[in-house]
Formats: sequence, C-alpha cells, structure tokens
Amino acid sequence: MSTHETDLPVGHQFEDAEQQLDAYSAGMWLFLVTEVLFFGGLFLAYIIYRTRYTEAFVAAHHELDWRLGGLNTLVLITSSLTMALAVRAAVIDRWKQVIGWMACTFVLAGCFMVVKYFEYSAKFEHHLFPGPNFQFHHPGIDSGEAQMFFNLYFAMTGLHGAHVLIGMITMIILAIRLYVMRNQRVDFIPVELAGLYWHFVDLVWIFLFPLFYLVGGN
Amino acid sequence: MSATATHHKESVRVDYLNVAHSIKSWLVTEDHKRIGILYLVTISLMFLVGGIFALLIRLELVTPAGDLVMSDTYNKMFTMHGVIMIFFFLIPSIPAVLGNFCLPLMIGARDVAFPRLNLASWYIFTLGALFGVASLVMGGVDTGWTFYTPYSSSFSHTPVIMAVTGAFIAGFGSIFTGLNFIVTIHKMRAPGLTWFRLPLFVWGHYATSLIMILGTPVVAITLLLVAVERGLRIGIFDPALGGDPVLFQHLFWFYSHPAVYIMILPGMGVVSELIATFSRKRIFGYEFVAFSSLAIAILSFVVWGHHMFVSGQSMYLSMVFSVLTTLVAIPSAVKIFNWAVTMHKGHVKLDSPMLYALAFMGLFTIGGLTGLFLSAMAVDIHLHDTYFVVAHFHYVMVGGAIVAFLGGLHYWWPKMTGRMYPEPWAKLSALVIFIGFNLTFFPQFILGYLGMPRRYHTYPDEWQVLNVLSSAGATILAAGFTLVAVYLIWSLKNGAKAPANPWDATGLEWQTPSPPPPTNFTHRPVVTEEAYNYPIVLAKNGEGEHQEEEKRTHEHA
Repeated sequence: MSTHETDLPVGHQFEDAEQQLDAYSAGMWLFLVTEVLFFGGLFLAYIIYRTRYTEAFVAAHHELDWRLGGLNTLVLITSSLTMALAVRAAVIDRWKQVIGWMACTFVLAGCFMVVKYFEYSAKFEHHLFPGPNFQFHHPGIDSGEAQMFFNLYFAMTGLHGAHVLIGMITMIILAIRLYVMRNQRVDFIPVELAGLYWHFVDLVWIFLFPLFYLVGGN
Repeated sequence: MSATATHHKESVRVDYLNVAHSIKSWLVTEDHKRIGILYLVTISLMFLVGGIFALLIRLELVTPAGDLVMSDTYNKMFTMHGVIMIFFFLIPSIPAVLGNFCLPLMIGARDVAFPRLNLASWYIFTLGALFGVASLVMGGVDTGWTFYTPYSSSFSHTPVIMAVTGAFIAGFGSIFTGLNFIVTIHKMRAPGLTWFRLPLFVWGHYATSLIMILGTPVVAITLLLVAVERGLRIGIFDPALGGDPVLFQHLFWFYSHPAVYIMILPGMGVVSELIATFSRKRIFGYEFVAFSSLAIAILSFVVWGHHMFVSGQSMYLSMVFSVLTTLVAIPSAVKIFNWAVTMHKGHVKLDSPMLYALAFMGLFTIGGLTGLFLSAMAVDIHLHDTYFVVAHFHYVMVGGAIVAFLGGLHYWWPKMTGRMYPEPWAKLSALVIFIGFNLTFFPQFILGYLGMPRRYHTYPDEWQVLNVLSSAGATILAAGFTLVAVYLIWSLKNGAKAPANPWDATGLEWQTPSPPPPTNFTHRPVVTEEAYNYPIVLAKNGEGEHQEEEKRTHEHA
C-alpha cells in the first residue's frame, strides 16, 4: 500500500500520510469487529434454537431453494473479486477503472437483492413469515418451532440485506467523489475501507448460506 | 516534557473557546475539546431529567402507602430514571466529556484520530437522547431500564420501541467513541510516549473503549430484536412465538454487565490522576494499576450470569459465574490498595478534587464489597431484587462513577474553561454530596437486608423510618449537585483566570495554556520521562528529604 501515499492530502490531526493510513485501516478493522459482535447475537440465537428444534429446522429449510441461495453466493463472491480489483485500481491511481469495477460490484449487489426479493416474495406467498398468519403443515413438526426458523431467516438475511444496501449506497457516494476529484491523485483510502466492508458483507453471507439453505446434510 | 509556557501572553492568545463564537461554529466543530463541552451540556440536561425522577421516587417512598402516584406511574418513574441515567448520562459521562477533552491532550496529539466521526458520535448520541425524551413525552415506559422480555414485548402498552431505539442509537455513539479512542491511543501518541509512560487515565479509557466496541453491538442487536418483536412479531424472545425470554437476559447482560465497567473504569482512571497529583507521588505499582484496568475489562465479559441466579439458569453454570464474579474483586482491590499506598508518605493536599477522590475510595470500597455478598449464590437468593442491590449499585454508580466524574470535572475545569471555581464552595459541596449520598443509600442496604423489594411503591409501616432517612438524604444530595452546578456556571464569568498548571501537576495537558489553543500545542511535545514523575519536583523545591526518592530521581536522570 506504500505506492504514492505521500501524494495524498493529510488531515490536520496526523503527522504524515503513513500515520493517516494506519489509523484509518485500524479504525475500519475495529468497526468490523463491532459488526461481528452485532451479528454475533443473532448467530447465538440461531445456535440455541437450531439445537433445541433440530427436526423443525431441517423440515423448514426445505422450503428454501438452495439453488437460488447458491446462485447468490456465487454472485456475492464475484462481487468481492470486482471490489478487490477496484481497490487495486485505486492504489495505482486509475480513477476510471475504479469507477468501472465499482459499477460491476454495484450491479452484482443489485442482482443479489433482486434474487432475495423473489425469494422473500415466495415466502410471503406461502405464509412462511413471522406473525400470526404463519402456516406450516408438516407431519410431526410443531409449526411454532418451524416459525422460529423463518424468524431467524428473516432477521439474519434482512440485517445482511440492509448491509448490502448500505454498501451499494457507499459505492455511489465514492464514485461521485472520485469523479469530482478526478484531477487529483485517487484517494485510495476510502475505496480500500469500502472494500474491507464489502468483503465482510460477503463473508457474513458465506456463513448464512449453509446455516439456512444446507441444514441437515440430507 | 517540553515546556511550552506561554501563559504570560494570555490576554491576546487565541484559544479553542475564543477562536469562534457563533452557535454554528460549535455545531460543526471537529475540535475534540469543543465536542467534550457539547457532551457536557447534553449529559447535564439528561442528568437533570433523570435526577428529577429520582426525587419523585424518593418523594413517593416517604410514606408506606402509594399515595403520590399510581402503581403504573411509579413503574414509569423508576424506568425512566434508570434508562436516562444509565444510557444517556453514566455511560457517556466521563469518556465523552473528560475523555474527549483530555485524552488527545494527554498523549500530545492535536486531536483524536477521527475528528468528524467524533462530532458524529455526539449527534448520534443526542439523537438517541431525543428518542429517550420522546418516549417520556409519549407517556413514559414501564418495563424497567433492563427492558426484560416479556415485560417489554407482550405486556407493555407504552412506547417501548421509541425508548429502545433511543438506547440503540446512543449505543452507536458510544461504539464510535470507543473506536476513536482505541485508534487514537494506538496511533497518535507523541514521540517518546511509550505505553508505560501513559497516564493511567489513558489506560482506563483504553480498557473502557475495548468494552464499548465489544459489548455495545451485542446490546444493540438485542434491543433491535425487542423492537422487531413488538413491531414485526419476529418472536426471538417470546415463548408464545417459540422464543425464550431467558435468551434476552443472557444477551442483555453480556453487554450490560460490562457496561457497568464502562461507567466505573474511566472513573478509576480519573482517581489515579487525582491521587498522584494531590499526593505528589508516582502511583505505586503503576504497571499493576494499568493492567488491573485491562483485567477488569476482560473479566467483565465472563460474569454476566450473576444477574440470573434466580432466572432458571443451570446451578452449575451459576457456580462458575459466582466464582468468576468474585475474581473481579482482585483487580479492583489492586487499585484501591495501590492508591492508598501512593498516599502513604506523600504530600497529601486536600483540594476539592482530592476530596472527591477520597470519597470515591471509601464509597467504591463499600460498593465493591457488597458486590461480593451478591456474587455469593446463597446470599443472592435472599438479597436478589431487594433494596440491597439498589444500594450496592448506587454506591458504585453514584459513589463511584459520579463522584469520580465530579472530581475530574473540578480537576480539569481550569483547563477546560480557563477559570478557577471558588474552592471553599467546592469543598462544602463535596461534603454535602458525601453526607447526602450516604444518608440516601446506606439505609437502603438495611432495607434490602430486611427484605424490602425494589420497584414497589408501597411497603410495610415498620420500614418508614429508614425510607424517610433515605428520602431526606436524597434532598441533601440534590442540594449538593445544585450547588456544584451553580458555582461552576458562576465561575465561567466570575472565576479567577486559571494558570496553565494550577495544581502543579505533571502530564502534557498541563504544559499547554488554559484554555488550550485550538491545536492543543504550539510545538509537538516530546516525552522523555514516565508519568507522575513527582520526585523531581520535590528535589527542585529543596524538599527532597526522602533519600530514596532522590536516589530514584537520579537514576531516571
């Protein structure tokens, strides 16, 4: 990351560009730690209820289409690649490439959300959502226990989806900022921080996919 | 430490206060010192609101019958008192006011690492506080400050979503402050300021910040889940929807017990500064005091189960939590003993900040030792949810955290405002607060031991004397706080001009004029010695009668 970092403007609180870069990366990593703990509460709830209601969770997960989940996994992993390429372009000072790769990432994130929209609509059509109108008929399975699966599904993928949306908004803001400041050396720090965030969002999904779509293994 | 003594040119000097005067200049400031002042204003207002509820509670409890308010109203009063005092006053009090103001100065930095994020923290916190006040205007919440489900989900018809949203938002202000402090302490220290030369105030804030960033997100998601349970019927905690209310208690206390240390650790940092300055000695066992802060922070995350001894938790789990809780006494006692030994053979001066430090040592010791009673499972069965618990945590939170906050506020007031406060009034009010506090809360230990449960507004006649004593104490305590507010505000215009270093203290914050210039220091300080290097001062003043100390001084030079 040492390329041309001395050309970047340095905030008044910092001594030099190196200290600035160090501080921003440390800050972002700490923020991601808080994000891990934020999701952690939900993962704990998932572990407890899956242990308690194992059969219901296995039965309920058949209502989710693993092909759509798998497609979304591929989409998000690819978007992590395009985001990494955007960061690379920012470091070597190619603002047009940065915007191009971030546009790819944005489109892939959009695809993810569209697939998610169709999945959510299907669940609502089948009355598989939180609330009193929940219907799940499966011999030997308590419908309340199955509902807990969908409670967690909507809470966790919903929170993840909110993070995807925040990432998409960040990319728009960054692209505008890059265009406005196109005559200067590309300020790669925000792009790199957005990249870290985006990989985190991707990583959460890597955990969510098997927990909801591949329960039970049969 | 490099001397930048420019205070004789003070009349024309630009400082952080007179650099701009418009309200806008305050609302868009990125200066950590101004942001500290903004926080001071916000939390003082919240303290006033929370304090009024405390007085109403004590007023109701003067008589055994519930004759002032209805039971439902009483539920709302103690809930709003707790919510406001904990989420909107105690948690931000020392870190966001004194920490924000002093930490960059103490480490010789021009500002925190992320000044704009720092301002954002204040806006986020204030927005959260407005949500809290809005829930109050909408009629108040009756769940208890802990928002236990199902009180907060199925059984409450009050604006719970508004209140938990307020706490949720304010939590992010606290996360960003903690993140800012950690990066600042790691990356922004002046040349030569190694970890073991840091003032213990900075160590205390480092430990606090760790808890803020590791704990707060968990309570954030927990409160969010309570909100979606009420709003969207996603019943993670509702038995009727397949959920488990005890899971709420686990997640809530995983944060909220460490949060207790968010309130007390910075206070311990303040007391370390006060004891060293007013004993004119290096803190005895500096490294132990520094590491005890980290030890408390780490232990704080493995003791939450002691809140759930009677919640149907496994007995064996409770035994583990009981033992781990007892362990917290060790690092806490390390601090108390080391402060006491620091004072031993020191030149102790009883200025008003030192009075608060001494009050802290006594009151925190009582609060801490009664915590040990509660950590013993069998005793806790008897004392759980009684006034003994109320008295215990008020000894730690008021006798500890607020007393330390007041001590620190007096200590750094000359630096923050450039004015001295009237010392006789400060001493008097410290005494009034000490008496009022003990009169309020000591009777509650006895009431709790006799079995008076918390959160009821009626009680049997035989407990009236103790309750009247407690209410009388609350009045004296309120008078003490009011007195402080009056003379501090008075001193802003009428106090004597403060010199750069009124206490003759070590520490970089005293090397710059009072109030400091906008960028803190004219030249970047270079640190060549450890914190609290007081023996050098003694030797210079010709008071070096302590042979050993002189010897140590020469070794350092």
